[in-house]
Amino acid sequence: MPVYSAEAAPRFSDGASGSLRLLVYLALAAACMATDLRTGALREFRVLAQNLVQPLHALATAPLRLARGAREATAQRSGLVAENAELRQQLLFAQAKLDRLTIVQEQNNHLRALLDARQKLGLKVQLAELIDVDLDPYRHRILINQGLRHGVFVGEAVIDAKGVVGQVLEVAAAQATVILLSDPGHAVPVRVQRTGLRVIAYGTGDPERIELPHVPFSADIKAGDLLVTSGIGGRFPPGLPVATVYEVLSDDSATFAVAQAQPLAGFVSANELLLVSDEMLALAPLPAAAATPELIGPPVGLMAESAEGEPR
Amino acid sequence: MSRGRESWWWVLLSVLLASLLTVIAVPEPIRVLRPFWLALIVIYWCIEAPDRFGIGFAFVLGLLQDVLVGTLLGEHGFRLAIISFIVLRFRSRLRFFPMWQQALAVAALLLNDRIVVLLLRAIAGEFAIDWRYWLAPVIGAALWPWVFLLLDDLRSRGRQRES
Repeated sequence: MPVYSAEAAPRFSDGASGSLRLLVYLALAAACMATDLRTGALREFRVLAQNLVQPLHALATAPLRLARGAREATAQRSGLVAENAELRQQLLFAQAKLDRLTIVQEQNNHLRALLDARQKLGLKVQLAELIDVDLDPYRHRILINQGLRHGVFVGEAVIDAKGVVGQVLEVAAAQATVILLSDPGHAVPVRVQRTGLRVIAYGTGDPERIELPHVPFSADIKAGDLLVTSGIGGRFPPGLPVATVYEVLSDDSATFAVAQAQPLAGFVSANELLLVSDEMLALAPLPAAAATPELIGPPVGLMAESAEGEPR
Repeated sequence: MSRGRESWWWVLLSVLLASLLTVIAVPEPIRVLRPFWLALIVIYWCIEAPDRFGIGFAFVLGLLQDVLVGTLLGEHGFRLAIISFIVLRFRSRLRFFPMWQQALAVAALLLNDRIVVLLLRAIAGEFAIDWRYWLAPVIGAALWPWVFLLLDDLRSRGRQRES
């Protein structure tokens, strides 16, 4: 066997065809990335592929689920009793608060009826659980165990007990990917609860911080202010708590203020999540166009009066 | 060919294991230290059986990982294609390196990979890193000898049983 020629010949041609192949694959990968980033053309494929890797995700969470199950099975009775008592107490508090809210809600309904305003439909709420797998640590995404099969749709808001977590990005058959508030590519329209000032909060890549750039210096915003969703844009139902402001600085150009806020939701610790959406949104994406003309011009009562008044 | 089939089984098994290790949940502080498991697998197979596992193989595995961890489709394909290309180029030298030198080479490969990611994500416009980002290649290189020896050992045992 002529060792040298066999070694030398393929290596040379290998090198040339190797780099060509590398270039082809890199171009292919770049095309894939660009398509995925800029258009939704690969979304269908992604969803299909996600369905295929779902068993892998399930397999990866199996040890954790086993451990959790074992811990629950061997939990001390006294611990459970204490937990039960605590939960009972919390429920009592929550019930009291809810009773008060019901009264307020009734008053609100009454006032709305007086004003003849369009009745707002309720929130659609759905419980979801976190799938305990680690996605890329530098992309702020989580997986939840609800999918197309459970009626989840892209853009649905995700919250935990304390505040907004993010929104649904991709939906597979039985699981969905959620983009977190803290992702640098994510923005949520918010309102300062104290003053009603409307701003947009951007993710920074740091789970403990979101940013409100371009706030006018004259705006009334200060540390300690609570930010809630404003409902503008229609993605997030209004009034959900998002973050608390902890610092207001001036930006690099010194023409605007930048506020830093800490999200309320515990991205890491949360296990149970809620999917919320305005029922109106889920049913019909846009309010009926016929409703708009009524809102233009003077109120109905005045219109009648002026119409009567003119001939006189 | 029975030998080819035997090899495929080990490839499948190693890829499955690496995928699981990639997504399995670990405590938050050490999440960013997770080594690029699939890269270690690709390096191994490119050194051991370059005629069967080349750039295309690496690219397909990359797509799998993209779906698995939710990155842009093609990102891991891009990264693994580069890694496998470099390994194939220097394969004849890498093969006969002593283990510590091989681990160093793996560290360099993984470090290069981190730079590639940084560039790719800077273009895509969504990235924020901290210093721990650069630690993962070190961990990967430290794990390389074990991965290599384990896979080698398993394969030779399998071969012995067959014969």
